[in-house]
Amino acid sequence: MKRNYLLLILIIIFLVYLGRLARGLNPYFYQILVFWGINSILAMSLNLINGFAGQFSIGHAGFMAVGGYFSSALSVYHGERFISLLNFLPLNIAQIVVFFVFLLLGGLFSAILGLIVGIPTLRLKGDYLAIATLGFGEIVRVTILNLDIVGGPRGFPGIPQRTDLSWVIFWFIICLLVIRNIIFSSHGRAIISIREDEIASETMGINTTFYKVLAFIIGAFFAGIAGGLFAHYLMMLHPSSFTFFRSVEILLMIVLGGMGSITGSILGAFILTVLPEALRGFTYLRLVIYSIILIGIMLLRPQGIMGGKEFSPLIIKKIYARVKENENTRSK
Amino acid sequence: MQRFLKVMLLLGIIFSLLIFPLQAAGTIKIGAIFPITGPIATFGISSANGVKMAFEEVNAKGGVLGSKIELILEDDQYKAEEVANAAKKLIERDKVVAILGEVASSMSLVLAPICQASKVVMITPTSTNPRVTLVGDYIFRACFIDDFQGTVMANFVYKTLKLKTSAILVAVTSDYSKGLAQFYKEAYTKLGGKIVVEESYSEGDSDFRAQLTKIKAAKPEFVYLPGYYSDIGPILLQARELGITVPFGGGDGWDSPKLLETAGKAAEGCYFSNHYSPESKDLKVQTFVKNYKKKFGETPDALAALSYDAAMLLVEAIKRAGSSESSKIRDALVSFTKDKPFRGVTGSIYFDQNRNPIKSAVIIEIKGGKQVYKATVKP
Repeated sequence: MKRNYLLLILIIIFLVYLGRLARGLNPYFYQILVFWGINSILAMSLNLINGFAGQFSIGHAGFMAVGGYFSSALSVYHGERFISLLNFLPLNIAQIVVFFVFLLLGGLFSAILGLIVGIPTLRLKGDYLAIATLGFGEIVRVTILNLDIVGGPRGFPGIPQRTDLSWVIFWFIICLLVIRNIIFSSHGRAIISIREDEIASETMGINTTFYKVLAFIIGAFFAGIAGGLFAHYLMMLHPSSFTFFRSVEILLMIVLGGMGSITGSILGAFILTVLPEALRGFTYLRLVIYSIILIGIMLLRPQGIMGGKEFSPLIIKKIYARVKENENTRSK
Repeated sequence: MQRFLKVMLLLGIIFSLLIFPLQAAGTIKIGAIFPITGPIATFGISSANGVKMAFEEVNAKGGVLGSKIELILEDDQYKAEEVANAAKKLIERDKVVAILGEVASSMSLVLAPICQASKVVMITPTSTNPRVTLVGDYIFRACFIDDFQGTVMANFVYKTLKLKTSAILVAVTSDYSKGLAQFYKEAYTKLGGKIVVEESYSEGDSDFRAQLTKIKAAKPEFVYLPGYYSDIGPILLQARELGITVPFGGGDGWDSPKLLETAGKAAEGCYFSNHYSPESKDLKVQTFVKNYKKKFGETPDALAALSYDAAMLLVEAIKRAGSSESSKIRDALVSFTKDKPFRGVTGSIYFDQNRNPIKSAVIIEIKGGKQVYKATVKP
């Protein structure tokens, strides 16, 4: 068991190092990779709420905005002071530590809001929950629009650029591991049972409210982290990035990739990040073609591309074994 | 499984589009980023039209430095991340020499650091926030900043209208309004005028009678009211109701057909400063308006005129530099001077040390339910 953890840490370090190497890449592709990573974190965290716990939330942009604005405000107003407090460390390490803490605080603040919003609203079901979370997203956006300290409608410039691909890969792996480990644990089974039949799972003695709120908080936490990464990459935040359409976009990623599939979320995030870029040549017709392609994919795969299944290296092994078996029987 | 393959095939086609872009050889590439879709799409389309028309005219005359200009227009949907993607694409894949955009200051603040880091010239036609050009020495703008309008109006009121006392009614919730009011006050008092009363309101208020009564009691000869047209209408109506007959005036926030609809007769005899007037007698303006109408079937607004100027300014700079290298274009842009300015539709332009243009503004009078060109005020 101990060796496994060591291996895991080594793999993480290797991947984060890979992010450093990717700096030589064409900056345009590099940026698309960064946004893919951030979108994947958003999609995976929303999938925990929508796909696994079966709660229809469409306020994810709100959590993203909270995390993004909170961590950016910390960076802008207190960043320098905290970095100078850590003057016994080399400057770049101090920056990394401070950024990590601020991101974490942004995520935690978002999670706390998730708790406050989640407890009353998760009593609602289906459409009602969707409307309540939608309302939450709008409240967040309108509040930001009226907060002068973060620029209000003029936007919030001057955020230091701290995010690079290594940071995105790091949080991507953390998010992937946390959600994967939850799903395959007894807690995850409880969360999935709520999706399958809430009354039945309650009868089996599962504290449904607890698990729903748990899924909601974890989702909100990672959305906040994603918001922080997003802000510290763009160096400027504007409320127009966190409208209702942003929430719908994240929802689209998981519906497209497959509800209740982690790898599906990553694939969905990939399609929704790369597709608009691939269609840039069309200028005026771009969004029309984009929508037609999305409709096409949904018609062909209404259950989503992964359709609730996971893609893992083990599958390749399985297919390989099956092919070999076939060959064996044929040769006989 | 077959369906799965179909989906994959579809995706494959799309990604191949990404890998093989359509490109023409031997052209000077210039990028433009505007919100062609999204909440402020009308602004984006006007601006894109202005830029397109400018480059078509240049290409019809044989291009610049012997090569044609290739415009690569990108849509950003008024979203920060889209601006960043479009900018990186233009700079890294299309290798443009300069970027025109964005319309809104908030989006230009995303675009500017990217252009500055890659040392690509950026000219924003309409972003008025002073912070935009402070990002770095490759960032320019084609419009005057808000503060300038206040000064212009003060000069006009004191010198041309010869009105020596004035009141100010400012929207405290708007930076734009506060900036204009402050510079109006400074310039007006410096000239020898007197501000008799200063009142304020919040954007979206519906009752202004309290402030207007105080203004009436102070008996000013002119009321400066920098704000957006949605608030101006009700204010003018209530002012006339209370019996304030003196003229009101403001900035380019007044420029909307909606103002004339809501205020009607109450707006008669009021003045506001603007970037340009399609009614100006200047030959350059008249040709521009005529060509634009022929091409797009509508009268060009200030956004179209400013983006047309931004594009022409860029072409002129390339000509002057004798090169399409970004650093040389930059040097050519700062080399415009008072005696040798760039002459555009919205006036003569040269830059100050913060790369803000020093240019004239026009004063527009509301007369007979129409916007009428009154005067051009030089800086």
